[in-house]
Amino acid sequence: MKGLPVLSLLLWMSSVFFVGLYLFVGGFLLVRLEVNRTSGCEDVLHPGQDPVDFCWARPRFRRAVLLIIDALKIDFARFDPNNTTPRPYQNKLPVLQETASSRPLQSRLYPFRADPPTTTMQRIKGFTTGSLPTFVDVGNNFASSAILEDNLIHQLGKEGKRVVFMGDDTWENLFPKKFHRSLPFPSFNVKDLHTVDNGILQHLYNTIIGDDWDVLVAHFLGVDHCGHRFGPDHPAMADKLTQMDGVIRSVMDRLQNDTLLVVMGDHGMTDSGDHGGESQKETDAAIFLYSPSPIFPGPPTQNEPDVVPQTDLVPTLALLLGVPIPYSSVGQVLLPLFPPHGQTEGAVRGLSQLEALWINAKQVNRFLETYSGMAKDIPPESLLQLKDQFSRLSSEYLSSVGEGRSPSQQLVSSLQAYLTSVRDTCRSTWAQFNPLKMAAGLSILALACLMCFLLSELSVVLVREDDGGLKVLVVAALAAGVGVAAAQLLSQGYMELTWCLAAGAFSSELLFFWRARRLGSPAVSKNGTKGPKSGGWLTPRRLLIPPLLVPLLRCASLLSDSYVIAEGRVVTFLLFSLALYIPVHLNWDGLLLPPSHDPLKSAGLLPSPALSPSTVRKESSVLLSCLGLLVGSLYLSLSFHGCREEQGSCQPSAFLSPLSRFQDSQLKNIHYVLSVVSLGLWTYLLRRCLCHYGNLNSSGGAVFTARWVLPVLSVCLGLHWAVSATPEDSFRNLGELIRMAQLALPRAAFCLLGLGLALIWLDPLTVFVKTRAAASSRSSSLPPPRYRASTGISPQAELHHLIPQIYQRMRRSLDDGELSGGGEAGGRPMVEAYGLGSVYSAPLLLFWGLLGVGLLLLHPEGMALAFLLLLLEMGALLHIHASSSTLRGLHGACSGGFTVPWTPVVLWSLAATQFFHATGHLPTFPSIQWGAAFVGFPDGHTGTVLPASLVTLNTFASHILFAVGCPLLLFWPLVCEVRGGRGGRGCGEEGEDAVMEMRLRENPQQFSSALLQLSTRYLFIHGTQVFASVCAAAILRRHLMVWKVFAPKLMFEASGFLVSSIFLLIGVSLVLRVDLSVGRWFQRLIPESSR
Amino acid sequence: MWDHEIRAMASSHAIIAASVFMATVLPAVLLPGFSVYGSHLLWLYSVSGAVTAVSVAVFWLLGITPPTKKHTLGYKLSRLFRSCLYFFLSCLFFHTVVVLYGAPLIESALETFSLAVLLTSLTTLRCLCVLGPNVQAWIRVFSRHGAMSVWDTCLQITVACTVVGAWMGAFPIPLDWDRPWQVWPISCSLGAMIGFLTGLVAAPAWIHYHRKQLTYKCK
Ligand SMILES: [Zn+2]
Ligand SMILES: [Zn+2]
Repeated sequence: MKGLPVLSLLLWMSSVFFVGLYLFVGGFLLVRLEVNRTSGCEDVLHPGQDPVDFCWARPRFRRAVLLIIDALKIDFARFDPNNTTPRPYQNKLPVLQETASSRPLQSRLYPFRADPPTTTMQRIKGFTTGSLPTFVDVGNNFASSAILEDNLIHQLGKEGKRVVFMGDDTWENLFPKKFHRSLPFPSFNVKDLHTVDNGILQHLYNTIIGDDWDVLVAHFLGVDHCGHRFGPDHPAMADKLTQMDGVIRSVMDRLQNDTLLVVMGDHGMTDSGDHGGESQKETDAAIFLYSPSPIFPGPPTQNEPDVVPQTDLVPTLALLLGVPIPYSSVGQVLLPLFPPHGQTEGAVRGLSQLEALWINAKQVNRFLETYSGMAKDIPPESLLQLKDQFSRLSSEYLSSVGEGRSPSQQLVSSLQAYLTSVRDTCRSTWAQFNPLKMAAGLSILALACLMCFLLSELSVVLVREDDGGLKVLVVAALAAGVGVAAAQLLSQGYMELTWCLAAGAFSSELLFFWRARRLGSPAVSKNGTKGPKSGGWLTPRRLLIPPLLVPLLRCASLLSDSYVIAEGRVVTFLLFSLALYIPVHLNWDGLLLPPSHDPLKSAGLLPSPALSPSTVRKESSVLLSCLGLLVGSLYLSLSFHGCREEQGSCQPSAFLSPLSRFQDSQLKNIHYVLSVVSLGLWTYLLRRCLCHYGNLNSSGGAVFTARWVLPVLSVCLGLHWAVSATPEDSFRNLGELIRMAQLALPRAAFCLLGLGLALIWLDPLTVFVKTRAAASSRSSSLPPPRYRASTGISPQAELHHLIPQIYQRMRRSLDDGELSGGGEAGGRPMVEAYGLGSVYSAPLLLFWGLLGVGLLLLHPEGMALAFLLLLLEMGALLHIHASSSTLRGLHGACSGGFTVPWTPVVLWSLAATQFFHATGHLPTFPSIQWGAAFVGFPDGHTGTVLPASLVTLNTFASHILFAVGCPLLLFWPLVCEVRGGRGGRGCGEEGEDAVMEMRLRENPQQFSSALLQLSTRYLFIHGTQVFASVCAAAILRRHLMVWKVFAPKLMFEASGFLVSSIFLLIGVSLVLRVDLSVGRWFQRLIPESSR
Repeated sequence: MWDHEIRAMASSHAIIAASVFMATVLPAVLLPGFSVYGSHLLWLYSVSGAVTAVSVAVFWLLGITPPTKKHTLGYKLSRLFRSCLYFFLSCLFFHTVVVLYGAPLIESALETFSLAVLLTSLTTLRCLCVLGPNVQAWIRVFSRHGAMSVWDTCLQITVACTVVGAWMGAFPIPLDWDRPWQVWPISCSLGAMIGFLTGLVAAPAWIHYHRKQLTYKCK
């Protein structure tokens, strides 16, 4: 068979998918590096002659109150007296505008512009760190959301200010243990408009009057929740805003002269009440500043900013309260709050405008230098420009201060310009979706899905072609990529790899479609039987069959956050439905039951039965009992699910916690015994299966693995569990030994695993050949092999003709040998080969089982039960597939090819997702089982590659297992054929004999096309799922749940696809490896036997 | 002959649909506080009872049920007993299937069982009426060439519609809309009911439009 085209086509296919994903993710997931440094008072930000740092100077304000009204849009805060018929959200906060115009020296109201993503958590991060947080802040710990970057709360705490917090509990997660006092209230339930607000109001006024705080943060959620629930244009919003108006008034009445009040929204909302995206309705919140004593030098002038960016709050508050500006802030101080140069000696003390700007600029420059040293994502030319600008400004400032003359107004505005350009540079790097990249990624993925589907339909034609087809595609891709690179280099001077990849993927896709059009039509004309197969696809009637409807439903479910949250149940539901569909459909076609011998019925209405009634009855009972097994394991697997935080009343499975956490020793023992029993069953079932098909008789590497490596590995694993479950304080004198064992056992298991996998790879044959001396002497008495008659044919052709004969005989002798222990002689062929019928599936199964034990090692002990269920479910699926194809009379060459229908492939890939959940995983970052990184490395790692790959292997264990096992779907009907094939099926030239997987060797062309078709179908289903979650992320990018549900789902789905396709390739190449060595084996055998 | 049967089918279906309607409206008028959401179980049982009674009566009057071979009272009684047994077993079967589909095992067992009773009275009861207590025949009917009369085809359509309706009724359950009809098992029973009513309408219509293609081997 031609292995290389299959493998390279698959590789090319998946790399096109990868390129699409890379493009989309590059445009959607904004990535930024976190700088883990903090500013301190000792940072001399003043010019040299003033060594006293400003922390000791008296700050402008002693105290500050931050009232954050979630989703306080600027439209809510404005007041228009001429508007006689206000909408429910208009004119409901008159206090802000009123105060701002009646007391211009004390207050201002500005639009307050947020940076996308406009979600509450990212915004809180934004106006406390002064940076532009993105979805992925690399350096942040995924497991906890605490802010590690330098921030305002941290600086305030360091200076000994008492920060009191009340409201949205997101703050408590972001700043754990940073508050002097905190009153968090649950923010999760969007339906609940009042809990958080009323909770705050119960304590707010008492706290303000009291004296045990310096900074008070109160975060109200009612407006935001009201928006999500009813939209802004609803009477409930009017009530909520009126309530907030009262709150602001009461707070203003209770303030003292040394206190600054800031009322602000964290983001706006769209007309439907949602937020998250970058439209102006979502980004424009309001900020209102007020103090009982005058803070502004005069009434608003032309120099007032039109819009205040949210980053500007951090430096402003920091300098007003007398703390250092947080290290990674890119904000700019709000100038109207500072007196112009020369007016600092008045009643109000503090920094002048120029001083504040200078401190600010120095801090921003320092951050920029640090960041550009760490990450390379800021374009170098703009970095250089900014550096020049700063050095010019700094020399100008220092000279003017050194000479003691008052600096010009121009310096102020150029410092401002510098700060603005830094922020704009950072924003364009971090805080914008790239719609072009997203669209390109989406379209590449869509085309890739279509291409995958076409590939699976055209696999027969494509394999018949030589490798040239792919070469053209790759050449076209390379040409387009290089072309785009050259064009970029010429026009811009640098090249962006992303677009080169995109061009390559696009061009090869388009070329493929063009070729597919050409290929599709001759296939019809060449042989009529293929006509309906490759011609009529894409008609709705063919596409809307249940096996394709189910993946469609699955993809649609990815577009709803509720379904993503309940994904484990949804997938189980769909899997169960599709599994039930198999017998129902078989019955509908009248194939489930043996045809009744009704003369009326067999009179031409039904095709004559191909299988005998007893066979049909047997296969049906196998099918139904396997269905029962499947359904049972599906139901049991539901009890291994973990819990998302969105699922309120959910209890995570008890099997998910490691044994060492159990308090009750009896329970612990029960769990341990259960786990060990399931591990033992796993090993036993695998060996039993191999033994059943006679694959354990020879002495090759694979058989050695099955005989020794697999059991020893299991024992190792069982011991490891026992050791890691022992409580630390018992066996005190054995402590050293236990620690040793904890290190050595898993490492030994890793080594055994590697050894086993390598042995299988190097020597995958599990065929036991038995040559009898007596028989070989009689070989002359056998009829001369047919190939003698055709001496003129090339050796290749001889081989091709000969092979069927030989294994026919082998097969025959194998059956007899199995029955009578090989004690027969005489008249029988001279060679017996055990396990030839399952020569392909045996090493694959062994590889799979070994890998499964290895992956189990990375899981908590209790998951052994789930893995056993996985094995059972997989076996059930394989047998259901085998029985239904036997009942349909599908397998074998007589029905043309070894096509695996859609139903089992869909079931297979649904099962992969289902066991992702049933092994305790969830598509959320907090649910990643980090413990896997420390199996065998209890003291941690030095690098990041090894722990990352261990965690990946743990997370996508079920994807890996189902992808590697995918080719089994092709083999299993053939393996099971021996049971049903005897029943007098009259098709196939070879007639009566069951030859199992040797059929594949007989038809190498069909073998490779079937393998290609199976793999592309599997890839297609996973690919469409990825595409659906990509669509969900793109369409719902301003949904409330985008960063909580859809974006993590996208990342998990994408990485799952990556892992699946890699391991699918591994599985396919293992099959090709086996094919290679089977070919060699025949070559070695034939000269012997013909001698 | 054909038109006659189709007309009989349409009118019997109209009667059954009317009984469903009455079983919903009458208690609402007579009982204070009755509503489909509020007192769901009551509604379920009233509908199941009405459909059971009316279907049995209609099919008995029409004489669809296959003629019994023996006319002894004992045989008839044993037939009746077997029918009741099958009815109960089918309730258990549906209950098991629904639980396997993901319904809570213990907490709302009564609700689940009520849904199973509804499904039984909408599907199995029709099988009992049309085919008698003969599982072999039931399995045979649900195959492409298995229908032997107009009534068999009608049975195929209504049962498929009911089951698909109940299956689709499970879709809205995970959504976070907090509507009263998302509570288990209201959406499923509503789905089954809607599917059943659709089937009642669709079956005569489909048979009417396909009467040229339909050929039955015997009877
Ligand atoms: Zn918010
Ligand atoms: Zn919100």
